Amino acid sequence: MSIVQQSDADQARDAVSTDGSTPPPVARPPRRRALLRFAKQQPFGLAALILITCFVVMAALCPWLAPYDPLEQHRGSIMLPPSPEHLMGTDDLGRDVLSRTLYGARTSLLVAVFTMMLGGVVGILLGTVSGYFGGSWVDTIIQRVMDTLMAIPSIVLLLFVAALLGPSIRNTVIALSLLVVPQFNRVTRGEMLRIREETFVEAARAIGCSPWRILTRYGLPNLLAPLFVLGSLVFAGMMIAESALSFLGIGTPPPTPSWGRMLSEGSASLEIAPWIAFYPGLALSVSVLAFNLLGDAMRDFLDPKQHR
Amino acid sequence: MTLSATLDSRSQGQEQAPLLQVTDLVKHFPVGGGLLRKESPPVRAVDGVSFSLGRGETLGLVGESGSGKSTLGRLVLRLLDPTAGSVVFDGQDITTSRQSQVKPLRRRMQLIFQDPVSSFNPRMTIEELLLEPMVVHGIGTPTERKRRCVELLDQVGLASSALAKYPHQFSGGQAQRIGIARALTTDPELLVCDEAVSALDVSIQAQVLNLLKSIQQEQGISFLFIAHDLNVVRYISDRVCVMYLGKLAEVGGSDQIMAEPRHPYTQALIRSIPAVTASSSRVERIPLQGEIPNPSRPPAGCTFHTRCPLRFDACDQDVPTLHERDGSLVACHLYRPEASA
Repeated sequence: MSIVQQSDADQARDAVSTDGSTPPPVARPPRRRALLRFAKQQPFGLAALILITCFVVMAALCPWLAPYDPLEQHRGSIMLPPSPEHLMGTDDLGRDVLSRTLYGARTSLLVAVFTMMLGGVVGILLGTVSGYFGGSWVDTIIQRVMDTLMAIPSIVLLLFVAALLGPSIRNTVIALSLLVVPQFNRVTRGEMLRIREETFVEAARAIGCSPWRILTRYGLPNLLAPLFVLGSLVFAGMMIAESALSFLGIGTPPPTPSWGRMLSEGSASLEIAPWIAFYPGLALSVSVLAFNLLGDAMRDFLDPKQHR
Repeated sequence: MTLSATLDSRSQGQEQAPLLQVTDLVKHFPVGGGLLRKESPPVRAVDGVSFSLGRGETLGLVGESGSGKSTLGRLVLRLLDPTAGSVVFDGQDITTSRQSQVKPLRRRMQLIFQDPVSSFNPRMTIEELLLEPMVVHGIGTPTERKRRCVELLDQVGLASSALAKYPHQFSGGQAQRIGIARALTTDPELLVCDEAVSALDVSIQAQVLNLLKSIQQEQGISFLFIAHDLNVVRYISDRVCVMYLGKLAEVGGSDQIMAEPRHPYTQALIRSIPAVTASSSRVERIPLQGEIPNPSRPPAGCTFHTRCPLRFDACDQDVPTLHERDGSLVACHLYRPEASA
């Protein structure tokens, strides 16, 4: 995301300096300009950005924000409903749900963000190359590997990686990335196949651009739009997959709180103590919604046809 | 044989080698194939075309849709690899060179597209678009490049405020001016204009044509001007090639071809130009019947015989070759040397 903002900021700065024939000194930091424009054009995107910032701050500052230790078991107050003492109640082991939800943001966001970064970068890179050389042996090799990855049931794949590397947050990220790579790869390849036939790519070849330059300057910027949408969907999927992994005991190791784990643990006592699952569930839904909105807003914002 | 002499540039007193020499160029596109389907005969988009283009000359290339004009233009720039034949640009055969050897030549030959907006990356500003060729070929310092952008826009009649805008913010005529400016960034010697004015309003067409003409006079660029509008081609070209189904039907000076078309196809094309002033002396208009045949199964003999009003026995048997006739070259049995003798 930061890369995209940077390139857009560059464009904004170029726009400033090209108004006259002589480049005037840069008046304002370009990054702030782009951010202002984003806020003006995409109110929902701005709201999403603020929410996400809140979650990130929450995750970063949870040792100071949390009223209790998330692992501390208050044996005398099991499954208490929300009260001034425990704002979100306590779970079946007497742990404070608010503290656990705050700490859970850490695990869930960490896993989702790193999975997106690792899986997304690899998937997009392979997809771009594969699409540009569509039909050649490079494309065939990459696509057959992706077919293989997609053909193995995801749970089996995850179990395999977990068994091989052992349960930890890092290994969860690696395992989930293996699921994400083919998705990004396929979408990117399809878009690249389309872009390859565009007249502006032929024009770029006529100018003498190298394949690498065509990929990075002509291909990537034009296939970002569907990737933002896919990214926001995959992001939600990853948070849920992380909970499934934790539930199976091959994801985040037990006492560490994560939203997905709390959700699956709380679902057992949903009828008698709904707050145990409700609050982490709420946090999960809101953050997923925020990422979806941000993905949409970024797509519209980066489309030059939306500029006035 | 005067054939080669006529094929060459007709500009008087030009002794040096032509800028571009195209010999027996062939491009077949394979159709179908694969595991289960039988491969059908290839599409013969360009089927044995030879011509040359002198420095500072404009060669018009006309023909119906599907006659292979655009493919020929792409072959000349080596955006496509030919099936056979050669393209020699300033003494270097670019059909056999590697792409890395062609790259420095790309500086010297540029392409102008029919739809300029779609030929621009929608995510680049006009400035980035104009800078791109200079960046790719490492021309000038950043400030020099920048100055050049403003110069070029000025040359095509646009204000420098256009630099910060995006391609979709311009009208067709303005966008084509930008397309021309972009093609000029590297000071090319050859410009291939692929239907460069076909998508524009008639009034804008004239502006763009005049712009191209004045640029040519100033800089002595050679044009390969591909179009289907004979009026446009007559206005801008020194010589005209008429193409039909991947082959040249007639080559000659543009005024001569317009005044005295030899090939029945050329005659039909010229008659089909709608005239605004109703002139009584005009030849009766016989519209061409039918459509251009399937280029993967071209008719035997003269490819035009299926639609030719003047066909006779030899037409569906022998393939006519280009012969000289009063200064033009015609590929038609009506003008065979033995027939005329």
